[in-house]
Amino acid sequence: MALTIGVPRETLAGEKRVATVPEVVEKLIKLGFKVAVESGAGDAANCSDDSYRAAGAEIIAGAPALWAASDIVFKIGVPTTGEVGLMREGGTLIDFIWPAQNPELMQQLAGKRATVLAIDALPRTLSRAQKMDALTSQAGVAGYRAVIEAANAFGRFFNGQITAAGKVPPAKVFIAGAGVAGLAAIGTAASLGAIADQVVSLGGEFVKVDYEEEGSGGGGYAKVMSEGFQQAQREMYAKQAREVDIIITTALIPGKPAPRLITAEMVQSMKPGSVIVDMAAERGGNCELTEPGQAVVKHGVTIVGYTDLASRLAKQSSTLYANNLFRLTEELCKTQVVKGDGTIDVNMEDEAIRGLTVIKNGEVTWPPPPPKPSAAPPAKPAAAPVAAAKKGHGHGAASEPMAGNKLAIMFGVAAALFWFVGANAPGAFLAHFTVFVLACFVGYMVVWNVTPALHTPLMSVTNAISSIIAIGALVQIAPPLAGGLPPDQWIRWLAVGGIALTAVNMFGGFAVTQRMLDMFRK
Amino acid sequence: MSGNLATVSYIGATILFILSLGGLSNPESSRRGNLYGMIGMTIAVLATVFGPRVTAAGYPWIIGAMVVGGAVGLYAAKVVKMTQMPELVALMHSLVGLAACLVGFASYIDTSAPLAGAEKTIHELEIYIGILIGAVTFSGSLIAFGKLNGKIGGSPMLLPGRHWMNLAGLLVVIWFGGEFIRAHSISEGMTPLIVMTVIALLFGIHMVMAIGGADMPVVVSMLNSYSGWAAAATGFMLSNDLLIVVGALVGSSGAILSYIMCRAMNRNFISVIAGGFGTGGGAPAKKVGAGETAPVGEVVPISAVETAELLKDAKSVIIVPGYGMAVAQAQHTVYEITKHLREKGVNIRFGIHPVAGRMPGHMNVLLAEAKVPYDIVMEMDELNDDFPTTDVAIVIGANDIVNPAAQDDPTSPIAGMPVLEVWKAKTSIVMKRSMASGYAGVDNPLFYKENNRMLFGDAKKMLDEVLVALKS
Repeated sequence: MALTIGVPRETLAGEKRVATVPEVVEKLIKLGFKVAVESGAGDAANCSDDSYRAAGAEIIAGAPALWAASDIVFKIGVPTTGEVGLMREGGTLIDFIWPAQNPELMQQLAGKRATVLAIDALPRTLSRAQKMDALTSQAGVAGYRAVIEAANAFGRFFNGQITAAGKVPPAKVFIAGAGVAGLAAIGTAASLGAIADQVVSLGGEFVKVDYEEEGSGGGGYAKVMSEGFQQAQREMYAKQAREVDIIITTALIPGKPAPRLITAEMVQSMKPGSVIVDMAAERGGNCELTEPGQAVVKHGVTIVGYTDLASRLAKQSSTLYANNLFRLTEELCKTQVVKGDGTIDVNMEDEAIRGLTVIKNGEVTWPPPPPKPSAAPPAKPAAAPVAAAKKGHGHGAASEPMAGNKLAIMFGVAAALFWFVGANAPGAFLAHFTVFVLACFVGYMVVWNVTPALHTPLMSVTNAISSIIAIGALVQIAPPLAGGLPPDQWIRWLAVGGIALTAVNMFGGFAVTQRMLDMFRK
Repeated sequence: MSGNLATVSYIGATILFILSLGGLSNPESSRRGNLYGMIGMTIAVLATVFGPRVTAAGYPWIIGAMVVGGAVGLYAAKVVKMTQMPELVALMHSLVGLAACLVGFASYIDTSAPLAGAEKTIHELEIYIGILIGAVTFSGSLIAFGKLNGKIGGSPMLLPGRHWMNLAGLLVVIWFGGEFIRAHSISEGMTPLIVMTVIALLFGIHMVMAIGGADMPVVVSMLNSYSGWAAAATGFMLSNDLLIVVGALVGSSGAILSYIMCRAMNRNFISVIAGGFGTGGGAPAKKVGAGETAPVGEVVPISAVETAELLKDAKSVIIVPGYGMAVAQAQHTVYEITKHLREKGVNIRFGIHPVAGRMPGHMNVLLAEAKVPYDIVMEMDELNDDFPTTDVAIVIGANDIVNPAAQDDPTSPIAGMPVLEVWKAKTSIVMKRSMASGYAGVDNPLFYKENNRMLFGDAKKMLDEVLVALKS
């Protein structure tokens, strides 16, 4: 029976995002689900009730009715006690949960015998999990918005200009933290024309902290750095603070207060009119003077501590989040017996889903067992396995190993064939047979390495070299006379014909191959 | 030159041939690879001519035949158009097949090295098989040449009970094989040999006639493989390892190409050979049946000027060419447009489906001829994931290879065939003469997609107009 996916209106103050958008509603319906949306859920993200209705969703007024009608609930904000109360017994919830920080919430949800998939608990190191990674998508939006907020508060151009009224230097932006938010911020700042520092891959300069340490914790999340590292880091930040116009900090460690990177003294040392955007404000901030949720001016420096940066770009962040949840839903539908029957299977054997599932049927399953080393590829990557496996040229001959029984049959047949040959053929033949079989293998290995772009030249060159048959004709044309017999005229003419025919191939084949290959130019 | 010297020369030639194929792994090393092939061939021929098995009496004949054949070959190589490459290749396959037959007959008549017992039987069996493969290759390639050339219709010729006919032919061939080996004298053995050759020729004709136009890439690579096996069989016949090695190289090369082609069409090799798939002439063979649903939606036409506007605004463009582009001779205009857009900093690339064109890699050669740099010509697998970030995807004269039904509709005849996902681009433009369906005769839901536009008309003429509009 098709399940109903419910999307309630977010209840946290200032939350403008919504867990799904009309475009994604269509896709969910294609997977076989019914979709119900609370009236007004998408208003703040520019998704009207009508647009949801047009996409095929049912609009339900009021949160209680919506929660009652939903088998699966999509949400973006951490659920409140009131919302958990509305939840249906044994229902499914997909949302941000932060299980480490919210133990009581976990207890409440478990009490509802619910199945809860915490999107923040996704094992991010799995490559196929990336499409579901809502933390990444939201951080990307927030990083973009952080730069926009900085530009808004900053009194100058970002890009350097030479105008009739004089030269304007470009703004110098320093971005602390090279996570997703940091990368998005540096990309945005650079495209506005600022000189952005930190990560080399986006055209910025990499500011190196003079201390070596492995910076990523288990499962692709950041971890706390040692004291020695922090000392080196502080000196680097102090230096940056004196030089740059804008600092954007993104340093967050899951389950811990945000690290203090920017002290009050550093703020003091900054040029008046400078801007700090503290993306870690919600967790106390990377800057000592940050006031969460507000933009304040201290020592002439505007310190932006908004905690809802992603929400300030509600349409964008909602769309990305909706896509993340859609991809997750696809994973949950993967084992459907009838495709598109609108049922889900929380398959605890699947590493990605195992990690996400923090409560299964009322039983707390968090934290998950440590992730398997990523060297072992996940068994049968689900969604786009073919494309991924066959990337790049070379077209690995056997990209997937053959099934065991098939291989056994092939070996059996080959063994029988070889036995037959060995039992019946004379020695002279076997010598040639050996050469033949080995040459087949060499050919197999060599030809799989040929780039597909050159398949036509490959055919013409193989054509040319198969004119080697000429040798057969050559040895027949005038063999040393045995017993004084005159050469047979028939043989001679056949051989002459053979040589002429193969000469066409020999010369023509190589010439046309050369002609083709000469065309392949960069 | 002594026999041993000739043998080591053969080893050298073998190595050079393997290097020659290995060189084709990328365009940079490919020219050197071809050179290796030429050197190898020269060594092999010279070592044979000056070896112990050819006397000076043969030189005039050899030179004469070489000059005639070589002149024909060089001339053909010079004048052939790149669109005609498949024909040339098919024709060359037939020559290899015919040569294998001639060598086989000559070897049978030749009594200079008398054999007896098991060796004689094996030798005769090798001759028999060599001529069989040679004859099938010869006639099959000639028919393939005719089909590619348009002299013979593209549609499959399906005789009633064709599989039984083939089976009967095979049994007759086996029976005559027994007769042939039991024959006591050459004249006695000639009859079964000739009968078998005729049957093999007919089988070759019949086999290729039954295969539709859409499957031609498979046929061409399959015949490539056969010509290799013919050479290998000749090598066994003459106890010559060089021939065996080269034959095996060529044979496995063709077999791999056939496999790649089949995989790219999601078709089973056996079913391609059994024939009757591609309907050729473009007649929509499978009209939408009662149970199936026709693609719904509207086809939105677009003009050349609007196309140019779209291209002007685009940051990334992918062009998917098909054989239609070659037919319209539009590749040079395509290059002009590419050059123009590249100068403006547009990220323009080409997406090549493995079966685009009439033989493996055909589109790559056509684009290379039009001077499109090969590093922007990508294989399907290399750029299929990039369509969602592409602004404009242009499909020129291709149909089935961009058909979303292959992924969406399990009842479609081409279901499961890997396709280029052009519909994931922001806008896709399909250039087509009319709404006729492709080789597979399957309707294409792509045309009805919301973000798809149709640019009707002759590809060359339309692209010329686009180019003019772009430059203005």
